[in-house]
Amino acid sequence: MQKGYSTTTATTDPAIAIENLGKLYSIGRRRAQGDGLRHAIESAIRSPLSWLRSRRNRKPLKEDFWALRNISFQINQGEVVGIIGRNGAGKSTLLKILSRITLPTEGRVRINGRIASLLEVGTGFHQELTGRENIFLNGAILGMKRAEIIRKFDEIVAFSEIEEFIDTPVKRYSSGMYVRLAFAVAAHLDPEILIVDEVLAVGDAAFQRKCLGKMGSFAQSGRTVLFVSHNMEAVRSLCKRVVWINDGQLHEDGATDEVIEEYFKDSSAGISHSYANPEYGLTIQKIVLKNTLGEESSQFRPGDDLVVEISYEAQQRIQRPIIALGIVGANGTCFTSNMLLDGNRPDFLEGTGQITCTFRSIPLLPQSYAVKMLVRAANVTDFIITYREVALFNVVGDLAQYGYTGDFLTWASRSTPVVVPYEWRLPDGTTVDVALSRPVH
Amino acid sequence: MTQLVIEADRADREYWRDLWRYRELFYFFAWRDLLVRYKQTVVGVGWSLIRPLLTMAVLTVVFGRLGKMPSGGMPYPLLVLCGMLPWQFVSTAMAESGNSLVMNSNLISKVYFPRLVVTVSSVITSLVDFLISGVFLVILMIWYRYAPPTAVLLLPFFVLLAFGASLGVGLWIAALMVQYRDFRFIVPFIVQFGLYISPVGFQSSIVPERFRLLYALNPMVGVIDGFRWCLLGPRAGVYWPGLAIAVIEVVVFVVSGVWYFRKTEQTLADVI
Repeated sequence: MQKGYSTTTATTDPAIAIENLGKLYSIGRRRAQGDGLRHAIESAIRSPLSWLRSRRNRKPLKEDFWALRNISFQINQGEVVGIIGRNGAGKSTLLKILSRITLPTEGRVRINGRIASLLEVGTGFHQELTGRENIFLNGAILGMKRAEIIRKFDEIVAFSEIEEFIDTPVKRYSSGMYVRLAFAVAAHLDPEILIVDEVLAVGDAAFQRKCLGKMGSFAQSGRTVLFVSHNMEAVRSLCKRVVWINDGQLHEDGATDEVIEEYFKDSSAGISHSYANPEYGLTIQKIVLKNTLGEESSQFRPGDDLVVEISYEAQQRIQRPIIALGIVGANGTCFTSNMLLDGNRPDFLEGTGQITCTFRSIPLLPQSYAVKMLVRAANVTDFIITYREVALFNVVGDLAQYGYTGDFLTWASRSTPVVVPYEWRLPDGTTVDVALSRPVH
Repeated sequence: MTQLVIEADRADREYWRDLWRYRELFYFFAWRDLLVRYKQTVVGVGWSLIRPLLTMAVLTVVFGRLGKMPSGGMPYPLLVLCGMLPWQFVSTAMAESGNSLVMNSNLISKVYFPRLVVTVSSVITSLVDFLISGVFLVILMIWYRYAPPTAVLLLPFFVLLAFGASLGVGLWIAALMVQYRDFRFIVPFIVQFGLYISPVGFQSSIVPERFRLLYALNPMVGVIDGFRWCLLGPRAGVYWPGLAIAVIEVVVFVVSGVWYFRKTEQTLADVI
């Protein structure tokens, strides 16, 4: 069985070939669940034959929608491909089909090689069981053989860094320990094709780097990786090719930098999806990012001003709301503008209007960032709009122009993207100013 | 290199091979359920012995002493225990396997494995519990100096029959419960009801001859009669037509159960 898989014949067969893939979901069926049994029994009694037949080939209803349609692409062996797209674009559906959790409605996927997918770390972990027991359980669920788990056990424990707690029930673990153990098991799966979904969204920065490193080495050993993430920096550092899925369709497929650039352009211009809270009668109609010239933009240079323009409509008077914006990079929040802190709450919102917030000379290194926003009610504790991503932007530019001439610019700027002006005074008496807002000409 | 093809209505081809490939998972799920069941309990596995002991005592008093049911020359507690062990096995196995898909919904929506594994595993878990409780039966038989007849060699067949009965019904319930959570209420009802309509606290021979065929439509009648016959000898007679009915019913339940389960399995992750 396993031997049959590991014989790598030098074929030119693609690792994954997707042809015309489509998945139809019927929203109606879920809603009908309440009276489903009564209805099913009734119709089964009335005409048993037509009931059986109707279950087999149901005609598409109005409420049916295609989560995926006409998707075709190939992934060659040894390729590392990123899949990006907004929430609800169909990425998860694609992953579920590739991982065989659900079947497609039309089309076909051919997979060559042993495949493993990680849609969530810690799948099948049981709270009551110890770390040791969970390694075995989780490993088996992910498709490892018992003998294989025993062989890799020490390695897994070492990778997870939780040796002392290996016989403690995982319900007593901190969330960090839990994630580390879960990823450690997954990292030792050793398939030929790996599908990863947002695993890196968890754990502390150091562990995230370790996970990225593990996936990088996995990719370098010539295996195929399909990586789904919202973290564009992670996608950029791992993948050479990116597939962008939008509204269930393949939107773009190409070199990482080009596709990501297009994605950012689109996502800032297209932030037309609105956020509403009917209970308070507040709708955020649009959030637009602008530069100091008043042009809509999703590309900024270090030291530029960043204008966040929020268009709202309040159907009823909303007293003294609190608005907060956060600028979030790959490793977390960089800075915020927060009315709870500065105390500049509007007396009320009513009708349509705009609120803008200008961040002066953003001290950010080239990277991709998200703007997050929340709106709280006058009583502070209630959320009108919960904290969520509302826009994306890129900081671009050649750091050398700003006097940054280090050897590992991309690598070094990733860990901490916020910089303030500073001055070095060196032993020989020279002083050097370093500041983003003052390009050296 | 093996090629895997994912296509609508194409799952069958791979399925049975996959089931074999994932065979270790049967063990792991059963192992998990057994481990979890007795975690943080003081008595632990002892519960597998205490439960039948207490139920046996109650049923002996109610049916044997108060109800004055005929014992056919056998010690009444032994008579009750031989009916109760298979009944408890089948009823818990049926309930747990019926619940298995919904209980593991988090797994089912996140990772692939043949779903049949979870449902079969919960029957295996109950089987292990049953075997542990069997120790208690051995002790009681020694206590009453009751040597089993040679028919005891046929016991594995009846264990298999009980296994099939619980699996067949369990598969149907598990698949139906995904769509219709009504079965969460129906199952405890079947279990409660079944204790009285199955010959657990009494012998099936007390049923008037002309109703016996009708009574035997409950497959548990065949299963329990068989257990008593294997363990206690010819004094606990078997009603052979009834046993034949039970065997046919169990086969029909298992085959149709697998068919229906496989049918729902394809859309499982979308519905659960």
